[in-house]
Amino acid sequence: MPKHELILLKNMMEPGYTGSLHDYERAGGYQALRKVVGKVPPAGVTGMVMKSGLRGRGGAGFPTGLKWNFLPKDYIGPKYLCCNADESEPGTFKDRQLIERDPHQILEGILLACYAIGSETAYIYIRGEFVLGAKILEQAIAEARTAGYIGSNILGAGITVNVWVHRGAGAYICGEETALLESLEGKRGLPRFKPPFPATNGLYNKPTVVNNIETLANLPHIVVRGPEWFASIGSPPKSTGTRVFCVSGHVKQPGNYEVPMGVTFRELIYEHAGGMRSDKSLKAFIPGGASAPFLTPNHLDVKLDFESVAAAGSMLGSGGVTVMEEGTDIVWAALRLMEFFYHESCGKCSPCREGSSWLVQTMRRIVAKRGRMEDLETLVDLCKNIEGRTVCAFGEAEVAPIMSTLKHWRSEYVTLIQEAEAANLIKLEPAVRH
Amino acid sequence: MLKEKYQKEIDEIISRYPVRRSALIPLLYLAQRDEGFVSEAAMKEIAGLLRLTPPQVYETATFYTMINLKRVGKFHLQVCKSLMCALAGSDTVVEWVKTKLGIGLGETTTDGLFTLNAVECLAACGTAPMMQVNDDYYERLTEQTFDRILADLKQHGTCSLKTGPFMWPEAPMRNEK
Ligand SMILES: Cc1cc2nc3c(=O)[nH]c(=O)nc-3n(C[C@H](O)[C@H](O)[C@H](O)COP(=O)(O)O)c2cc1C
Ligand code: SF4
Ligand code: FES
Repeated sequence: MPKHELILLKNMMEPGYTGSLHDYERAGGYQALRKVVGKVPPAGVTGMVMKSGLRGRGGAGFPTGLKWNFLPKDYIGPKYLCCNADESEPGTFKDRQLIERDPHQILEGILLACYAIGSETAYIYIRGEFVLGAKILEQAIAEARTAGYIGSNILGAGITVNVWVHRGAGAYICGEETALLESLEGKRGLPRFKPPFPATNGLYNKPTVVNNIETLANLPHIVVRGPEWFASIGSPPKSTGTRVFCVSGHVKQPGNYEVPMGVTFRELIYEHAGGMRSDKSLKAFIPGGASAPFLTPNHLDVKLDFESVAAAGSMLGSGGVTVMEEGTDIVWAALRLMEFFYHESCGKCSPCREGSSWLVQTMRRIVAKRGRMEDLETLVDLCKNIEGRTVCAFGEAEVAPIMSTLKHWRSEYVTLIQEAEAANLIKLEPAVRH
Repeated sequence: MLKEKYQKEIDEIISRYPVRRSALIPLLYLAQRDEGFVSEAAMKEIAGLLRLTPPQVYETATFYTMINLKRVGKFHLQVCKSLMCALAGSDTVVEWVKTKLGIGLGETTTDGLFTLNAVECLAACGTAPMMQVNDDYYERLTEQTFDRILADLKQHGTCSLKTGPFMWPEAPMRNEK
């Protein structure tokens, strides 16, 4: 038996569970919808979510109930729910499991959210590569429609909700909520300036809520078992419930592990993921996806909740925990992530577009042992000119790997550069910049 | 012409959205399914269907890496090279492709069968190294499985080693034994 009670992964861990409507209903599925539709007013559902303390699982950790409450109250006209299934943050692979193994759990969450915010249309924006996931969701939607959970007059209560799957086409930035909206409108995925926020000016300029798939999957459980129950799990009051953490890298058993927020990295890595894969010890880990600053073995007893990870100088982000063993070339690792950000910058703002190119070039030069000591200052300088000067939070994200590895492993950068200087390669091959 | 061939499907797609332009990416996918890539003629036709100008369609199409504006091989090998896969040896997988098929990144074999690309994280980091071939994922690659995948694709057009739905849902259970 797992050490902690599973909530989101519970059904799919039962032997023989297929994720079909039949299996989901047998496991108690759609009871939450039956409990509220036509019985509890929409504001009551929002109230439950507020009380539960649920915070977004997409990265920013914004309180879900509060986000819903930002929608204009007496607005007449269409409102939209956009479900963020873009899951492109390197190191993150939980939404794919939730989608492919228990799609109805997500659909029930979507229906509850639509009911609460008064939306008749939900779009599931799923990354283009998830061809199988999109198919599974479409089948589940068809099943739920036949059963009367989706469509017009849901459960005979006169309420309409339609759910559509919309595939992205390979652009990381479309996970950012306003870029997602642009993409869904058939345009290039360029983030919008905020404010105005999606709550008032979202999809087609209408009031819109964007929520992550895992966030939505929590809703049926909150409704059925009560907000007080949910609020007692994890590390209340600020980080309630469980999270599905994605463990990758040099551990014995990489994979998704659902644990209450507030367990330590030590427990997650050494108990759940089986510890280090060989006799090499831990050198570094990333606590929350590629955008989160690296941490060191000194941080193993930090708790996996929003506040504790932030206090340790990083962020819980998307829940992707990547483990690196002793012997991993840390500058190379930072470069690999930087190459990702360089590739994915949407190009809308110059600090990010030009800065990412410069950062990649400088890092490549250092790793190729053609660096110079001034490069270290250049890196910091570039990072400081990106952070906080961009349209979207991608700017903060892209500097995280370099800034944090420079902070904790500066000597490794220095060694590479010293080797370069010793070999006197600089004179032979001048640095290339553009 | 897409319209004659897929009239019903096109109408259904457009009906999902209150604004026609939202149907753009789905229609680009439809064109790609039809021809293997998105041709200029298809983009012009889609522009007409959605009441957009051809540059508006082109503008969107060029932003997204999954929309192929050029023909790719019958099997598009997309090896994930992001950090989490690299920690598990994805650079070796790219080398296998290079030595076994004689193509580099962005290249296609002369028989038109295989195209190689290195791509960013495909959300399968827990089962690295991995690659996507057309619509299918292949995870936990070893040289042995890799060879078999290439051989099967060549011979049968598909391979039973493809993965999904999500691998290893039993992992946490297994761990607690
Ligand atoms: C660059 C960038 C990429 C993002 N990618 C994702 C993503 O892939 N999936 C996701 O759910 N949220 C992503 N987000 C966060 C979303 O903008 C948004 O906060 C989230 O979808 C809101 O849902 P939640 O409140 O339920 O977490 C990203 C944010 C940024 C800045
Ligand atoms: S910060 Fe980067 S990704 Fe975000 S809008 Fe600016 S250029 Fe685009
Ligand atoms: S890093 Fe390769 S799938 Fe995530």
